[in-house]
Amino acid sequence: MNAEPIPAISAQQIAGTAFGHDEALVEVRDLTVRFVTRETTVHAVNGVNFSVRPGEVLCILGESGSGKSVTLRAMMRLLPPRRTRIEGSIAIDGQDVLALDKRALGELRGGLVSMIFQEPMTALDPVYTIGTQIAETVLRHKGGSRAAARARALELLELVKIPEAARRLDNYPHELSGGLRQRAMIAMALSCGPRLLLADEPTTALDATVQIQVLILLRRLQRELGMGTIFVTHDLGVAAEIADRIAVMYAGRIVEEGPVADVLRAPLHPYTQGLLASTVHGQSRERDIEAIPGSPPDLRRLAAGCAFAPRCGLVQSECHAAMPEPRYTAAGRMARCVRITQAALAAAE
Amino acid sequence: MSQTAALPATFADETSPAERVRGYWGTVGYRLRHDPVTLFFGAIVLLIVLMAIFAPLLAPFDPYKESVVLRLKPWGYRGHTLGTDELGRDLLSRLIYGARSSLLMGLVPVAIATFLGGTLGVIGGYAGRRVNAVIMRTMDVFYAFPSVLLAVAISGAMGGGMVNGMTALALVFIPAMCRVAETATAQVRSLDFIEAARATGAGTLTIVRYHVLGNVLGPVFIYASSLVSVSILLASGLSFLGLGVKPPTPDWGLMLSTLRQSIYVVPLSCALPGAAIFVTSICFNLVSDGIRSAMDVRL
Amino acid sequence: MSATADQRDIGGPAQPLLIARNLAKHFAARGASKSARVRAVDDVSFTLFKGETLGIVGESGCGKSTLARLLLHLIQRDSGELIFDGEPVGAPRGITVAALRRNVQMVFQDSYSSLNPRMPVQDSVAFGPFVHGRRKSEARRAARDMLVKVGLNPDLFGPRYPHELSGGQKQRVNIARALAIEPRMVILDEAVSALDKSVEAQVLNLLRALKQQFNLTYLFISHDLNVVRYISDRVLVMYLGRVVELGPSEAIFIQPLHPYTRALLGSQPSMDPAHRIEQPPVTGDPPSPIDPPSGCRFHPRCPFAEPVCAQRSPELGAWRERDSHVAACHMLDPASGHSKAMQ
Ligand SMILES: Nc1ncnc2c1ncn2[C@@H]1O[C@H](COP(=O)(O)OP(=O)(O)OP(=O)(O)O)[C@@H](O)[C@H]1O
Ligand SMILES: Nc1ncnc2c1ncn2[C@@H]1O[C@H](COP(=O)(O)OP(=O)(O)OP(=O)(O)O)[C@@H](O)[C@H]1O
Ligand code: SF4
Ligand SMILES: [Mg+2]
Ligand SMILES: [Mg+2]
Repeated sequence: MNAEPIPAISAQQIAGTAFGHDEALVEVRDLTVRFVTRETTVHAVNGVNFSVRPGEVLCILGESGSGKSVTLRAMMRLLPPRRTRIEGSIAIDGQDVLALDKRALGELRGGLVSMIFQEPMTALDPVYTIGTQIAETVLRHKGGSRAAARARALELLELVKIPEAARRLDNYPHELSGGLRQRAMIAMALSCGPRLLLADEPTTALDATVQIQVLILLRRLQRELGMGTIFVTHDLGVAAEIADRIAVMYAGRIVEEGPVADVLRAPLHPYTQGLLASTVHGQSRERDIEAIPGSPPDLRRLAAGCAFAPRCGLVQSECHAAMPEPRYTAAGRMARCVRITQAALAAAE
Repeated sequence: MSQTAALPATFADETSPAERVRGYWGTVGYRLRHDPVTLFFGAIVLLIVLMAIFAPLLAPFDPYKESVVLRLKPWGYRGHTLGTDELGRDLLSRLIYGARSSLLMGLVPVAIATFLGGTLGVIGGYAGRRVNAVIMRTMDVFYAFPSVLLAVAISGAMGGGMVNGMTALALVFIPAMCRVAETATAQVRSLDFIEAARATGAGTLTIVRYHVLGNVLGPVFIYASSLVSVSILLASGLSFLGLGVKPPTPDWGLMLSTLRQSIYVVPLSCALPGAAIFVTSICFNLVSDGIRSAMDVRL
Repeated sequence: MSATADQRDIGGPAQPLLIARNLAKHFAARGASKSARVRAVDDVSFTLFKGETLGIVGESGCGKSTLARLLLHLIQRDSGELIFDGEPVGAPRGITVAALRRNVQMVFQDSYSSLNPRMPVQDSVAFGPFVHGRRKSEARRAARDMLVKVGLNPDLFGPRYPHELSGGQKQRVNIARALAIEPRMVILDEAVSALDKSVEAQVLNLLRALKQQFNLTYLFISHDLNVVRYISDRVLVMYLGRVVELGPSEAIFIQPLHPYTRALLGSQPSMDPAHRIEQPPVTGDPPSPIDPPSGCRFHPRCPFAEPVCAQRSPELGAWRERDSHVAACHMLDPASGHSKAMQ
């Protein structure tokens, strides 16, 4: 291979045109996160770039251990500071998150940015009632009287469609069912009108009939409140329900990014293609599923080259040389694979 | 045998050279042999035990021989390397002989308690709710008393002497041991692999032997080793009250309590039995810590 | 392989492998008042045919795992009857629990906690044959053969401990462990639910291949409808300890009868961003199985509920043959008095 198959549009052009710096709510550049202990170093995130515009939902899709949660936590600086090495830059609403001091960070968390988790019990305090916890958050960030804060709490519970909201204010978290608890956590996250919502698999632990309710609720709230949202999930179906754009993560890197319909309908990266093929969804019962062989790489010993190469059916010698740079087939449509030009051409034909 | 389609997918870490065909205990032994710290302190424990066994060969003097003129002499006085005690007996010899009763008082009650308490605990943890309640509530009754008080009361009721002292100490340790074993067993029992073993049709004894014990012995060992030093000290307390080892038998605990009165005359000698107890218990703790981490194959 | 299976086959291929009749298991509810009972499994009946895969779906807490444990006698049933290949289990003239367990094995959801952390995985696999009287060396050889069959290199993975394997590899070991004593039936309790999608596909393929090779019958428990549809011949839908629908897989997915099944299917994400679900098919959470709703247990959430639904329990329609499709809903029973009941 001598002629580099660089597509028509360059990365700089994209960054300049599609989402300029003034427009983006979130701008993450070259984010790397390593966990360093005496014995090993875990390379959890290895150079991640993305941006989110106000009112947009970006889904980070990836399998277990791909670094989704770590990316999200880094944006809130929630990782254990002593063992974590964060590099790169994270800008939220123009603020450089990695440079913030303790006080500014406190204002950022729960104020400008809110986060919801997979397991609400870990985020809610078991010894206080739901109402008290939400009112506390409101008081801390917005001030005002206790009564006003409590009124706001009631308003929020009604907003997230908790039945008999007035009664529920005085419930402790363990007295609520899983779905109601998750709604209560969403209410708390929304209490100060965040401009950015970070959601880490908020529906994974819920039952199917409850999951869809919470998804629809989140989608509606996000649209009404115009929040930028980063939604982490490993479930393609969930991403299809809620995302505007999808970023597919593998071994701590975003290997593909694009509008949700494009990524799901015409995936560019062999990993995304494999993931789609191996997700059981109406396949013929007569045939085996096209599974991706092998398992994800060990993040303590990442080899050079494309991290997916050992499992990839389309691997070529070039893949082992270095991690392919992002290649664009259209504005905002990116994949990191050496075959990208060929694939894009084939798709166009 | 026909091979099916679903066969060896290549695994990402297929390259690592893991050529180990040891069983669990083989692995534990291997890891112990490659742990210098544990080996070192294990050697010291061994030396102390050998010292106790071969005391008659090692001791330079008769540990019982009193002398009015040699009372409380300093280190090195006329061949008494570590001086003499308040009755003029050679301290080095008494320390060497003292290892016998001290080790006995340290190890035997703990061994008995580990066996009985451990067994009760495993039964209580593995059996149903009713058996568990009977065993654990009985233990709670004993547990309610402070251990020193209980030891004094039991050996007082049975009368002094070494055997009674050891029995009393064993009784004191059984409830605590039982509780440690019960907690560990109950924890293991709730895991799916026990259920899976039951599903293969294995009987209770087989399951306990192959699946429960390996997971329970670790915490039990660790706890037992920490009891050894407690046992030595409690025994010395009993001896001090005239309930355990009877003077003039050489015993570290007893020596500690009698030499205490002479702390201003021979301060260095005074510290010796304490140091002996300290070194012995530290060594036991470190060795058992080594065993525990060797048993924890996850580390 | 199939020769041995035929030998063990007593009643011939037409006789069901397992019949469960009116199984029930109630637990004492912790923390609540003394009399409160968790009705984990309540009057569950079904038939499992030789060589088929029966999928069991339902939401968390509806009693799927409790049912699985009942079938293996890991817990005592409160009432009901279990018949394995024509012989009642645990009855004076039937087969013993030990014999049942030689024929039925189980794979659990949590691949890590279902392996002894202090045992090399090949010993975990060898444990079954060892318990059934093989010598240790023989049992280990059988275990290593089994590891090959599930796609693991025994030299490489056999001596490892569970924490040294990935989730998919551990689940392969669990499958090998279940198959090591050559059972006729395997209960897979959420066996792929905790795995990544790419690994889940590998394990599903493996399960299908092994089923062919060893002539197995599967009871496949899952909350993932897509997976159940792919792997099962027939499907049983549970809600709060009861069977609400039972039928051939395709029939259930194409023409569900029970409103709950329809809600469950309608709650599946669309996989198509152009056709997103705009309205949730049902609202609210499943109620607690402690003191479940009267009558039809789905009535508080059911869009078609009428007074009769709260008063009387609907019967699961008369189940006749292999591909009967039945559901427990008053709307299907002309005699129920429900206004939408079909005539
Ligand atoms: N505090 C930490 N210290 C060390 N390693 C960590 C820490 N947190 C996460 N990791 C490692 O970083 C990697 C990425 O983890 P992360 O939690 O981001 O995965 P994920 O994509 O969220 O997966 P999942 O779907 O399982 O939640 C994993 O290998 C994990 O073991
Ligand atoms: N040993 C027990 N004691 C008391 N209650 C129990 C016990 N085992 C299960 N239960 C209760 O019985 C009900 C059914 O539990 P089960 O585990 O069978 O549900 P499941 O359908 O397998 O759910 P999941 O999808 O979450 O695994 C639950 O409410 C559970 O809390
Ligand atoms: S019986 Fe009534 S409540 Fe139950 S599913 Fe049918 S219509 Fe709904
Ligand atoms: Mg995560
Ligand atoms: Mg379950």
